Amino acid sequence: MAKIVVDVMLKPEILDPQGQAVGAAFPRLGFTFATSVRQGKRFEIEIDGEATQAILAEVSKAAETLLANPVIENFVVRVEK
Amino acid sequence: MKIGVVTFPGSLDDRDADRAVRAVGAESIALWHGDADLHGVDAVILPGGFSYGDYLRCGAISRFAPVMSSIIEKAKSGLPVLGICNGFQVLCESHLLPGALTRNHALHFLCSDQRLKIENNSTAWTSNYQVGDEIIIPLKNGEGSFQCDDATLARLEGEGLIVARYVGENPNGSRNLIAGITNERGNVVGLMPHPEHAIDPLTGPSADGLGFFTSIITQMVSK
Repeated sequence: MAKIVVDVMLKPEILDPQGQAVGAAFPRLGFTFATSVRQGKRFEIEIDGEATQAILAEVSKAAETLLANPVIENFVVRVEK
Repeated sequence: MKIGVVTFPGSLDDRDADRAVRAVGAESIALWHGDADLHGVDAVILPGGFSYGDYLRCGAISRFAPVMSSIIEKAKSGLPVLGICNGFQVLCESHLLPGALTRNHALHFLCSDQRLKIENNSTAWTSNYQVGDEIIIPLKNGEGSFQCDDATLARLEGEGLIVARYVGENPNGSRNLIAGITNERGNVVGLMPHPEHAIDPLTGPSADGLGFFTSIITQMVSK
């Protein structure tokens, strides 16, 4: 069994009001480290057997078709150790 | 004349769209998301609501419903399609229209009567308006901020594909105050505000939304 993770983030040029709201909440709580916050989505996909290149290619295709909207989002596919 | 109104699980405004279709004398045909058969309709309305709970992204799952595969195919060969609010989101996710609708810039769900300016009256759904007409119809959405890249925005502006713009303060952060757009052919229109809620002063802020529905009748009759 392997776990494949797909991280989906809004493209840098797309306004992220949710991330901004989180960023604005930090200083109110006394956390002063952040200069910017962007919010995204993480998908954890479990498969039987090994995460082969062929399976990763299929996951990428699924991410491009469904998990991310390529008009506004980028995604990264990786295998979780 | 038959106009189909699609119901997805989570659609809210299919009844008002149905009422608007009947108000202009057309026959309203209920289309079900799980049925790929369009029952011979002459045009389709994708109504507002929260189809599939807005899970993943608004419209992202609806776009793969069986009824949408038929609509996408026919829209490419000229079937008139009007997507209102969630319907607009479905059209963008289907890539029948460019861009995407994202969270309102102030994060609040909006529900108010909104002034719009009609910018393009050569589409199947806006021919009964004049360019420059100002109308007031309800705007109610959480994710209505129209976003696209600079090249797409330049194309929309340059080719006159913007159907309607918000007048006054930008309600949701949409680029260039865009409230609605069309495809090159003018048969597919996506609109964030709700003309189907403004067809009778008794139940809406005006009857200004009727023009979208009378326009499609005019288009059909003149064909």
